[in-house]
Amino acid sequence: MSDLAISVSALSKVYGERQAVAQASFEVPIGSICGFVGPNGSGKTTTMRMLLGLIKPTHGTGTVLGEDIRQPEKYLFNVGAMIEGPAFYPALSGAENLRVLASIGGFNQKRVATLLEQVGLSDRGDSKYKTYSLGMKQRLGIAAALLPHPKLLVLDEPTNGLDPSGIQEIRNLIKEMAKSGTSIFVSSHLLSELEMISDHLVMLREGKVIFTGRTHDLLAAQNPLLVVKPEFGVDLNKLVEIARKYGKKATVADGAITILGAVDWAPTFNRLAFEAGITLATISVTQPSLEETFFEMTGE
Amino acid sequence: MIRMMFGELRKLRRKTLLIPTLIGVVLLTAFFTSFVFLRVHSGKPNGARGVLITNDFLSGKNGLVYGFQIMGFFLGIVALCVFASQTAQEYSLGTLRNILVRQPSRLKVLIGKYFAMAFFTIWLELAAAVCALSISFVLAPRSAISTSAWMSASGLQLLGETFINIFLGTLAFGTLGMILGLLFRSPITSISIGVLWCLILENILGAVISSTTKWLPGANFANISQGGTSIISYQRSLATSGTYLIFGAIVVAILFKKRDVSN
Repeated sequence: MSDLAISVSALSKVYGERQAVAQASFEVPIGSICGFVGPNGSGKTTTMRMLLGLIKPTHGTGTVLGEDIRQPEKYLFNVGAMIEGPAFYPALSGAENLRVLASIGGFNQKRVATLLEQVGLSDRGDSKYKTYSLGMKQRLGIAAALLPHPKLLVLDEPTNGLDPSGIQEIRNLIKEMAKSGTSIFVSSHLLSELEMISDHLVMLREGKVIFTGRTHDLLAAQNPLLVVKPEFGVDLNKLVEIARKYGKKATVADGAITILGAVDWAPTFNRLAFEAGITLATISVTQPSLEETFFEMTGE
Repeated sequence: MIRMMFGELRKLRRKTLLIPTLIGVVLLTAFFTSFVFLRVHSGKPNGARGVLITNDFLSGKNGLVYGFQIMGFFLGIVALCVFASQTAQEYSLGTLRNILVRQPSRLKVLIGKYFAMAFFTIWLELAAAVCALSISFVLAPRSAISTSAWMSASGLQLLGETFINIFLGTLAFGTLGMILGLLFRSPITSISIGVLWCLILENILGAVISSTTKWLPGANFANISQGGTSIISYQRSLATSGTYLIFGAIVVAILFKKRDVSN
């Protein structure tokens, strides 16, 4: 068996004249948590749909758990998925919705109660789906994805609508699943969340893969940031002007200015600030976060 | 396919669908059957399409199944609505993607759903049959109608044949509903078009150009439920309906298999 959970090569999807996914090639190793990031409309959901056999690629090839994506019946029994938000029958209870899917997939009905408990819905399992909050619907979607004891979990924005504690629970659940050997392919707008959990990343922009590889490698390759905090907030704009005067890219956030790729310039900047009559409270060097890297790479 | 059928049956047996539909079918059956029996001595039309049903007719073997037979067309319309809504809602709710992830063989999904809805049709038909027969037996003595022919061998055979004919006619309407549901992917649109065609447009067409009746799908489906009439034979209706439905089913099955599921 292949050591790749997902492997796609030159995968494309064209709708009329619009290229939703263009020559995408990437790999997701077995047992990894792979974050799938990109701006809205960059082709994330389309790619996920192709991996699940819901839409057919226009060009390109791919495998999921070692099987050709054009034959989804060979691997989907080992895959759990939640695509583009949860979708269930409003008139059925949460538990009954899961039982319908368990029947269709041939899974043990007893698993329904276990899963409802796992996602924190055991006390509302008998309530109709239409009475659920967005967060509860999201949890039910995740429970449905877990029905088959998946070897691969494909999750599209699993934390949408969840409160901070719900997000933390899902993060822990994803980590637990990965520990037990499940490969996870997850898209999210919460890049800080992905940075915390994902060991691999696939980054899309306008349907094209602009990065694929280890999260650590991506972040390590970025120029460090110089974060400078003046003693008095009124001096922030003056500091930005000084940085820009010397051709540096500076932004203001949270009472500090961030200067990109200027670590060696720190002593000079300190002196320039002093000459301008500004006292610096702190001056530190930090690696850019995934969010900052994402904005830098996608130009968003 | 079997798993898909059981999954679909779980949905169909939900209280909000099964109970109101059964109640509606039972009430309509009770109304039509009572109407026939209670007005048998009035000398006024008491049968389907303004036909006068006499005491002699009801005392024959047809008397037992007449009320049930009237319901054939209405059961068909109910089946059309149920098949269309249960198929199209998978698109409108977005649940089709869940189903296809769990059962990637799209033909198995279609066939499993179809069989489940066929079972649902049998439940409805059984409810209508039990109601119509019970009311017929209860009201027959009150209207001085003899029931001796009803329980004869030929009477029971007619009951069996009527049950099968109504099932086939109802299933034909249901199949049309499923075809419309797959084509239009919206419950409201597919039900509206199906009901509008079968209840209104076919009647207008038939009234304006009577020869079209032999070719109209709804008229042929209803004719199967009736066991054939002097205008269209049972065999002709079976052949015409079969041709329409097989052609329609092949077209939508190909579309369903090839189409991207992007909602």
